[in-house]
Amino acid sequence: MSIKVTLPAAFTRHTDGRKHFDSSAGNLPGLLADIDQTFPALSTQIKGDDGKLRRFINIYVNDEDIRFLGGETYAFQDGDEVMLIPSIAGGSN
Amino acid sequence: MNYSCSRYELKCNECGKRFGNQPLSACPDCLAPLEIAYDLEAVRGIFTRENIAAGPANIWRYAALLPIPDGFQPDLPVGFTPLVRAKNLGLRIGAANLYVKNDAVCFPTLSFKDRVVSVALANARRFGFETVGCSSTGNLANSVAAQAARLGLKACILVPADLEPAKILNTQVYGARLVRIDGNYDHVNRLCTQIADEYAWGFVNVNLRPYYAEGSKTVGYEIAEQLGWRLPDNVVVPMAGGSLIRKIRKAFNELIYLGLVEEKPVRFFGAQATGCSPISVAVKQGTDFIEPQRPNTIARSLAIGNPADGPAAARMIRETGGWAEDVSDVEIVSGIQELAETEGIFTETAGGVTTAVTARLYSTGRISPDQVTVTCITGNGLKTTDALADRFTHLDVRAVRPRLADFNAYIRELDGIAEPELAIAGAE
Repeated sequence: MSIKVTLPAAFTRHTDGRKHFDSSAGNLPGLLADIDQTFPALSTQIKGDDGKLRRFINIYVNDEDIRFLGGETYAFQDGDEVMLIPSIAGGSN
Repeated sequence: MNYSCSRYELKCNECGKRFGNQPLSACPDCLAPLEIAYDLEAVRGIFTRENIAAGPANIWRYAALLPIPDGFQPDLPVGFTPLVRAKNLGLRIGAANLYVKNDAVCFPTLSFKDRVVSVALANARRFGFETVGCSSTGNLANSVAAQAARLGLKACILVPADLEPAKILNTQVYGARLVRIDGNYDHVNRLCTQIADEYAWGFVNVNLRPYYAEGSKTVGYEIAEQLGWRLPDNVVVPMAGGSLIRKIRKAFNELIYLGLVEEKPVRFFGAQATGCSPISVAVKQGTDFIEPQRPNTIARSLAIGNPADGPAAARMIRETGGWAEDVSDVEIVSGIQELAETEGIFTETAGGVTTAVTARLYSTGRISPDQVTVTCITGNGLKTTDALADRFTHLDVRAVRPRLADFNAYIRELDGIAEPELAIAGAE
């Protein structure tokens, strides 16, 4: 099983410029552990002092906010496209 | 693309780092939203009541506290919209000291978004962008399209596919490229953050967002000045992303710091539609945690299910002793009609939300009748007429023959219909 992970440009200084990578993680905690191993500098950036994902990052699975899918309990499906995006932009009445 | 300026620069509110001036909205280290920090001491003696009064009758009278690059000559008279005493609406909802800040008539595109766009585009030009854009639920699209045309910038605007026809037409007419996205606003917004990574475009609410957001402060400056340089007791503000309500407070705090108004506690009240109420829910539950929602409301301009400034807005509302409320689509339409019938102000659905929430805040005792309260109307009803389309079908639309006798008979017929019957007919 493999998922495709996409990163915003702001993160790529910790991944040698790579915006995409594949992972065999089964869920979000697994993906974070994978990032910890593969891109330790990125892991430091996206996690706070408490070891949890910073609240300014949103995670999407195939266009859907992972929080609508069950968050950390959601089991990735083969071929899922997972995207990490800073929650910066918003508000546009 | 960077520029330096001694008056203001980007700052991360989480880790405190500063980043000069560049098209950047998230802290590269901790990913928190960046905001503009000012050297307020540098404008002390410049940003005075006298100097402001001598300035133009638009937002540029406050330019000393806006992130406007040196040398930019604003030529659009944006803002300085009326602050009107709402005696009639007040009588109806039990408010003795109510004012309406009427951005339904903001120039040039009839919403408060003209304020933020004018500040964002001044910076887009300074950064050297030739194309600007935005993700939008309509009003922002209109304003970016119009002001980009004026400045000679190309515009590419992304909107949810189900947007009101008037807002789509009001974007296309300016020659902007409009892309309808098969999704809701949150989908559009996410796509724009990706596009901003790939294209050298200035997105007013993505990579230009810190500059853009500062434009909202002018609502706060104007309220204070129009009240005779004093602050109100309460402000009621519609919430989509949660930015406007925070920036009005920032404006008040700057005015206090610089001595233009006396310090006093101002309570902030947020208004949302029940069909998209993530911030209102957080305030009511006493948390800063925003649970995202899938929007389902006629107030499309407030339909942001995952508001970026939501946590900060919820926290700030509670800090001030304020509250947040949300109202149903039926109440939204009633709010639109009530404001129109009492004050002659035709607002869009977002204004219906604000009006209905204001009424509820009085009826539940959250706001006392005598307190000076300003309710912020942010958009124009002409853009969302479809929300009212079925409200007037009870009126006989048949044409009357051009004869006095026919006219008399027609009026008698209308007068003969009792109010309850009218309501019943309207509901059918």
